[in-house]
Amino acid sequence: MAEPLLRIEQVCKRFGGLLAVDHASLAVETGRITALIGPNGAGKTTLFAMIAGFSRPSEGRIFYAGADITGSAPHLLARRGIARTFQIAQPFAGLSVEDNIAIGSYLSHRSRTDARAAAGRIAREVGLGDQLKRRAADLTLSALKRLELARALAIEPRLILLDEVLAGLNPSEIRDLVPLIRAIRTRGTTVLLIEHVMQAVMSLAEHVLVLAEGRVIAEGSPQAITANPRVIEAYLGHGAARRAGGGYDG
Amino acid sequence: MRGAAPILLPVALLAIVPVLTASNAVLNFLVAALLMALVGQGWNLLGGYGGQYSFGHAAFFGTGAYATAILQVRYGVNAWLAFVAGTLAAALLGTIIGALCFRSGLKGSYFALITLAFAEVLRIVASVAPITGAGVGLLIRLDLRPEAFQFQSRAPFYWIVLALLAVSLAAVRMIESSRFGAWLIAVRENEDAASALGVDVMRIKIAAMTVSAAITGAGGCFYAQYFLFIDAGIAYGPWISVEALVAPIIGGIGTVLGPLYGALAVKTLGELTKLLAGDAPGLDLVVYGSLLIAVVAFAPRGIAGTLLDWRERLRGRRAIAATGERSHG
Repeated sequence: MAEPLLRIEQVCKRFGGLLAVDHASLAVETGRITALIGPNGAGKTTLFAMIAGFSRPSEGRIFYAGADITGSAPHLLARRGIARTFQIAQPFAGLSVEDNIAIGSYLSHRSRTDARAAAGRIAREVGLGDQLKRRAADLTLSALKRLELARALAIEPRLILLDEVLAGLNPSEIRDLVPLIRAIRTRGTTVLLIEHVMQAVMSLAEHVLVLAEGRVIAEGSPQAITANPRVIEAYLGHGAARRAGGGYDG
Repeated sequence: MRGAAPILLPVALLAIVPVLTASNAVLNFLVAALLMALVGQGWNLLGGYGGQYSFGHAAFFGTGAYATAILQVRYGVNAWLAFVAGTLAAALLGTIIGALCFRSGLKGSYFALITLAFAEVLRIVASVAPITGAGVGLLIRLDLRPEAFQFQSRAPFYWIVLALLAVSLAAVRMIESSRFGAWLIAVRENEDAASALGVDVMRIKIAAMTVSAAITGAGGCFYAQYFLFIDAGIAYGPWISVEALVAPIIGGIGTVLGPLYGALAVKTLGELTKLLAGDAPGLDLVVYGSLLIAVVAFAPRGIAGTLLDWRERLRGRRAIAATGERSHG
C-alpha cells in the first residue's frame, strides 16, 4: 500500500493536567475523504490544530507526504499544501468575498489580477460567484461556511482539513454543500473532515476514524463504524450498545 | 499606473502654492502640515493597513533627525547623504523594534505601550548622551547652499517635503495593491486566518514596521534640516508620536490620502484656534484631543472614509432612482 498522505504517530497534547489528545495514531490515505468523528471534547479540533501547525504536540510525531512536520509553523504548512477551515468561521470581516479568497490565491499567483481571477473562479465553484463584492461581515452563515471552504481551496491544497463546515446549517443547506465537498476530492485533494452531521459523514466518508477521550477507539468504513459497539458506547455511555443492539456480542 | 489620479491631483494643487504666494506664514503653515502628513503616512502603513497601533513613532522620527544632525555636525557628512543615512537608520530601528515586539507576540495595547517605552528610553538617552549634545541639543551649522540641503527661501523646502510626501503616497498606493499589502491587511483583519493561508504574519509585520519607520524617519531628517536644531524633547518627544497617529485617524485610517486630509484639517483648526483665542500654550493639543474624540465617535473611518461612504450612498441613490425611472417608463 502507498504511503498515506498524513500519518500521526502517538501524538499527545497536554493542557496543564488535562490530556486532550492521548497517544493518538492515525493515517489519512491519499485521495480519499476521511472523517474524524467523536463526542464533544474528544480532542478532534485539538488534533486538527496540531496537524495544521497551530499548536505543538506535547509528544509524538506528525508526518505529511513522507516528511516529519511536527511543530512546523502554520504558514509553512499552508505553503506545503495543508489547508484548514476554522470551526468558528474566521473571515477577514472588513474585506470583500473576492479579497478574502484572493489572500490565499496570492500564494501561487503573485499579481493582483491573477490572484483575483483565481479567487473569482473558486468563488463560482463554491456558489459565491454572485457575492464577490459583498463584505464578509454581511454574509449569512451558510455563505460564511462556503467562504471558509473557498479560502482553503485558494491555496490549492493537497490536503484539506474541514472543521465542522456543516455545523449550524439547515438540512437543505447541508444538501447543497455535500456535493461541494465531494467535488474537492474529485479534483484530487485529500479531505480530512470533522463532522457531527452523521447523515453527511455516512454519504461522504470512505473511511471513518473515531476519537473519544483523546484516543482513536475505532476506524473503518462508515457502515462498520455505526455497528461498532465501542463507538456506540463512546457516544451513548456504558452498556448502551447492548441495550440498543439487543444483545450484541461485543 | 492604476489609480494615480487621486494622488496626482492634490500633489499638483499643493505644488503651485509657492508660485501663487511667497508669504512665509502660508509656507511655514503648509510645511508643518505636509510634514505631519508624511510622519502620519508612516504610522498609517503600520497602524491603518497592518492594524498595529504604535504610540512611539517618535522613536523613528527622532532617530532620523539625530542621525542626520550627528553625521553632519560630528562627522562632516554631506547633508543629502546624511538625509539618506538618517532614513535608513530609522528603518533599521523599525526592523529591530518590530522584531523584538512581534517575536514576543505583543499585540494591541501592549504593543502601543512598548513602542511608547522605546521612544521614551531613546528620549532620555538622547538628553544625556554626549554624542547627541545631551540637554543642549544639536545645532546644524548655517550654510545656505543647495548642496548643503539649505536654501535662501522657503519654497525649495516646501517642494522637497511635498516630494517626500508624494513618494510616500505613491509607495503606500503601490503597497495597497500588491500582494504584500493584501497580506498586511489580512494580518490586520485576522492573524490566525492569514497564517492558515500561508501568510508569514511575523515577517509581514516586521516588513511593514520597517517601511513605516523609514517614512516617519524621513520626516525627522527633514525636520532637522528645516529647523537646523533638535534636542531630545523635540526629536523623541511624545508630541510627534501624537501627530503621527492623529493625522491618519482623523483623515481616514488605512486610506492613502487620509494622513494628508487629516494633517491639513488638524493644522488648519490649530491655526484658527490660535487666531481666535490668542497664543495660549497647549491649545492646539486641546483641539487635537477634541477632534480625535469627535472623529472616533461620529466618523470612525475619518475624513477619507466618510467621503467614500457619501459617494457610495449617492451612487446607490442614483441607481435606485434610475431603476425607478425605468420601471415607470
